[in-house]
Amino acid sequence: MGKTIAEKILGAHMGRDVSPGELIEVGVDIALGNDITTPLAIVEFEKLGLESVFDRDRVVLVPDHFAPNKDVRAAQQCKILREFAKKYNITNYFEVGRMGIEHALLPEAGLVLPGDIIIGADSHTCTYGALGAFATGIGSTDLAAVMATGQIWFMVPESIKFIYNGSCQKWVGGKDLILHTIGRIGVDGANYAAMEFCGEVISSLPMSDRFTMSNMAIEAGGKCGIIQADETTIEYVTPRAKRSYKIYKSDSDAKYKEVYEFDCSRIEPQVAFPHLPSNTKPISQVGDIKIDQGIIGSCTNGRIEDLRIAAQVLKGKKVHPEVRLIIIPATQKIYQLAIKEGLIDIFIEAQAVVSTPTCGPCLGGHMGILAEGEKAIATTNRNFVGRMGHPKSEVYLASPAIAAASCIKGRIASPEEVL
Amino acid sequence: MVIKGKIHMFGDNVNTDDIIPAVYLDTTNPVELAKHCMVGIDSTFPDKVASGEIMVANKNFGCGSSREHAPIAIKACGIACVIASSFARIFYRNAINIGLPIIVCPEAVEETKDEDVLEVDTTCGRIKNITTGKIYATAPFPEFMQRLISAGGLMEYVREKQDMAADVN
Repeated sequence: MGKTIAEKILGAHMGRDVSPGELIEVGVDIALGNDITTPLAIVEFEKLGLESVFDRDRVVLVPDHFAPNKDVRAAQQCKILREFAKKYNITNYFEVGRMGIEHALLPEAGLVLPGDIIIGADSHTCTYGALGAFATGIGSTDLAAVMATGQIWFMVPESIKFIYNGSCQKWVGGKDLILHTIGRIGVDGANYAAMEFCGEVISSLPMSDRFTMSNMAIEAGGKCGIIQADETTIEYVTPRAKRSYKIYKSDSDAKYKEVYEFDCSRIEPQVAFPHLPSNTKPISQVGDIKIDQGIIGSCTNGRIEDLRIAAQVLKGKKVHPEVRLIIIPATQKIYQLAIKEGLIDIFIEAQAVVSTPTCGPCLGGHMGILAEGEKAIATTNRNFVGRMGHPKSEVYLASPAIAAASCIKGRIASPEEVL
Repeated sequence: MVIKGKIHMFGDNVNTDDIIPAVYLDTTNPVELAKHCMVGIDSTFPDKVASGEIMVANKNFGCGSSREHAPIAIKACGIACVIASSFARIFYRNAINIGLPIIVCPEAVEETKDEDVLEVDTTCGRIKNITTGKIYATAPFPEFMQRLISAGGLMEYVREKQDMAADVN
């Protein structure tokens, strides 16, 4: 019986074949924590009284959620993270000014590579599946145990295959494909399973769209969202990698729990309505939804390619007088590149505001919180009740193209309406 | 451990923003987190929950973020056990790791009503609905997880392994 990529990566790290349903304790290549989840992990880690973490080069700590410090309590949390990093001499601690949103930053810095097992105390750790890695979110106590031992317990997941055929319509990208997929299978449609994205459309997608798709695997309950590494991946990884990596491919006779096929030529740009990412509609069926705010950014869609698309739509236009558009480049490098390419000028001319990298508004932290009754169009990943602020506010999820066009029109709109 | 208590019912897809909204994630203190437990969907919950009570929910309980603050808040506000039709995976492992008893039993969830009283044996996973008299048996945890649970949680399990390694050395 053949094996899937997920089974092969876990098997390679175990030094033997593994099968779905089996519980294993396995070594990880990278362990990630942020300013929300790591303080809890530190409390648990310190109880063990160890003098060092398992490998100071393989623990990555990023203050990005409530950073730059949003208030005194957030400042205390970030301080705990900073002092821990100093005490244990953590190589990859990214201070404000050098940081970015973790799931954009780690691939950019070449810290996560094909064939790796990566765990992170953040649910969107599944993003790195786009590199052909086994990457999954875990909790704080898990992180504490991994920082101590380098090992984690997993159930080897079953895999579900998603095949994307045909070619994409104009303005359709990774965000639309993954929203459409979650709309089809539901928010627990892939619970505990490894999602594997493949097909001719995936092969033609740039890394940015692949990261967006893998990022939202968790919104279908997926343990990971894996895309087999190919030429595009190698081109991205080669200038960044500082250690060797290995590419795994699923066997043709590998066993899948389910297989879904999509004809992408029939998929329109998607919008997920409140209050679930699975509550999707094609843009043509959205109707008249007035918005108060737009967010373009986050670990889902804050990469340079996303900003380029937003700039393409916003160039020479103005944000609707009753809308606030907040654009958040995901890392310092992306921010700087956006300045060099003239994108930031386009945004400011359009009367958008541009923020330093932060998760901020995505989880209702800071930098764009919604008041009662307000509606936002956002390129983020969750639209749960109260996610971006007041429990009676609403979040609509979409691509950067839709978000930019909507902010110009003052209602959810297609770029076709403004260009 | 056998728990007998009043229940609190919830629906499908209760997410971690419902359980503990992000605005309260600026602390690791369980007592403080408990004050805001479930306020994303029921602002009165922290006032009406009492120690030893049981939470019952439909499918995909705990979906969303990886915040361990969610099971910690539930445990700290007195909930002794969560029974659901299914759990989202990160919540599931977080609950096991911190020692919050959880049980998957769609049949019991389907047949339980708001005012029912349940008795739960968390060790063998047996649920008895005292009101209706019906008994539900659930699959025991896999052996590896039983070791984690009997050690008292993941960190105690790690400590035991370290002690064993030290003895060998």
